[in-house]
Amino acid sequence: MPDTSPLSTIDLEALGLDRGAHLLVDRALAVLPVGGRLLVRGRAPALGIHLAVWARARGHGIEDLPAADGETRATLVRGGADVARWFGAERAGDPSPSGVSDRPDPTWGFAARGALVEAGGKSLPLDLDEKRWVWTDLAPQLYAQAAASQWDPNTAIDWGAAEPLPREIEAAVVQVMTYLVENEQAALVVPARFLGRIHPHFREAMQFLATQVADEARHVEVFTRRALLHGGPLGASGVGGRASLGTLLEEPDFALASFLLSVLGEGTFLNLLAFIERFAPDAVTRNVARLVRQDEARHVAFGLGHLEYQVTQDPELRDRLRAAIVRRHDALASTAGLSEDVFDALVILAAGGWNPEAIASGYRAVERLQVDMHDGRQRRLVRLGFSSADAAELSALHTRNFM
Amino acid sequence: MVDAPFTLGAVAYDPKVVTIWDGFRTWFNARGFPFDYVLYSHYERQVEELLEGHIDAAWSSPLAWVRARRLAAAAGTFVQALAMRDTDRDLTSVVVVRANSDIETVAQLRGRVVGVGAVDSPQGTLIPLAHLQSLGLAAGEDFEVRGFDVGVGLHGDHIGGERDAARALTEGRVDAACMIDGNHLLFTREGTLPGSSMRILTQTAPYDHCTMATRPLLDAETAGRFRELLLSMSYADPSVRPLLDLEGLKAWLPGRTEGYAQLETAVDTFHFYDRAGHITALDYRP
Repeated sequence: MPDTSPLSTIDLEALGLDRGAHLLVDRALAVLPVGGRLLVRGRAPALGIHLAVWARARGHGIEDLPAADGETRATLVRGGADVARWFGAERAGDPSPSGVSDRPDPTWGFAARGALVEAGGKSLPLDLDEKRWVWTDLAPQLYAQAAASQWDPNTAIDWGAAEPLPREIEAAVVQVMTYLVENEQAALVVPARFLGRIHPHFREAMQFLATQVADEARHVEVFTRRALLHGGPLGASGVGGRASLGTLLEEPDFALASFLLSVLGEGTFLNLLAFIERFAPDAVTRNVARLVRQDEARHVAFGLGHLEYQVTQDPELRDRLRAAIVRRHDALASTAGLSEDVFDALVILAAGGWNPEAIASGYRAVERLQVDMHDGRQRRLVRLGFSSADAAELSALHTRNFM
Repeated sequence: MVDAPFTLGAVAYDPKVVTIWDGFRTWFNARGFPFDYVLYSHYERQVEELLEGHIDAAWSSPLAWVRARRLAAAAGTFVQALAMRDTDRDLTSVVVVRANSDIETVAQLRGRVVGVGAVDSPQGTLIPLAHLQSLGLAAGEDFEVRGFDVGVGLHGDHIGGERDAARALTEGRVDAACMIDGNHLLFTREGTLPGSSMRILTQTAPYDHCTMATRPLLDAETAGRFRELLLSMSYADPSVRPLLDLEGLKAWLPGRTEGYAQLETAVDTFHFYDRAGHITALDYRP
């Protein structure tokens, strides 16, 4: 029986398939049922040949190609390949942070959260693919805060306002800056290594870590720039400090690495940066410490947030956190920890002078700093559910290198 | 001893061939049809090994099919064209000139230079040249043929020869260029052939392209099962759709052989193979 259904028609005028006419044809075919027929007319050179090629590649039929008076006329028969392609497709969760899946499908890969994902395809080799391992409900807020708080090292600090300091004070500042560069380079690399292992479905966690890496890049810059501000050579780097930072790279578990780096290390650095801000002998050093501390506080908040979430899902994580501190302590037991050069430089900064009374005051300030660091670590450990006694014991095992 | 799996031959004209047949191998085996594949660097050896029974099937260019058919017939047996892609049916080739060229008719190609693809390309060389012959112009006598040999032995699977011919046309090094219709659209879209400055002089009649050839004496049940599985591959199946996309089809269709008549004529006209399937083209070194 001949097909008597009315034929849809589209006139492409002079537009060819080499110039985008397929969009019009696709649009006209999309509203037809599979098997529906579309009369295509047009005056572009080679349109008839190109329509046949295009239809063949898309799985559409083509019935006739009678050309007359410079006009091509062809009847396309809608195929079902485009419909078949989306058979079994699903949404990759919900676009809002509240719709994050507990365990996103590894084949979703880099698809946007909430996108319609064609079924099939290979899984991305991402091992951090469970919500409890990377997520915190604070992630969207912390990321937004991080994005809004990015500062330009060139303009956020008035580098031109730097006045020369007495030689030995300047040397102490340079030594502290040298130490900070070393630590911030480690703090950049550690999250960067995990960034590529997180399922992009946890977008805000991934974005936050990206800002954390960018923050550390900026910190490396400003500490280096301050160290070189008055032309002096950089300070010294001790084996013990480098060994301590090296152990951060040896931790392959995201939870444990961010515990050691962000909660304990960067948490400890909050006190250190506040100390430097307080005792800085010049405005540039003071402002550098202040800006960096604001960033580090976010990193600590994210690390604490996702570990708090993970501990509620998996209380046994606390045992692994404890073991991680002990393991790192044992690994570093035979090393010197914080170099004397750095310790002395901090004393000199806090002393502000070279008489015995000033040095005694500086020494007390550094002792107080270490007590404050210990207190801060204990508070954060208690937030993760450790008892006060455990928190005190574990905090005492933290690296003497601070980070 | 494990029964030998059904073994297919394919020509490695591109690294994606491994992805395709590895994927199909997994798919066939998962359906209880033991399947393996071997790769060849060119079609001639694959055809010969199909005829010798070293492989059960050969994913064949149209030229490879013509040779396999001739070799089999000469040996008093036959090969079968089991299945083909939906995109292998009713293709054409075109001869393109510059839009401002003084060549308005095929006859005006006389004395001119026509660029073609690889010497063994059905679509870029043999079929369009036979088409011009049918219109009264003998290649090499009435016009000069300039070949762009890329991937000789791959029977035109490599796009490079046709693309080089198209470039030569835009640069004025040849007066006309031959190519398959799909490449004409591709070259126009990508800018190799600026659409407004080119004109199609003539188009061949439709012909068919690749086919799944099976060896002589393959038992009908095995051949039938292989064909049945090929034809059952669904574009809606996510496990096979990426492979179909890579291989350039939406569905497998039953094989047919009437679409190779033009190529059979071209092979005779240009003495590419003799009637018994021996290679007789003097300038062909796969």
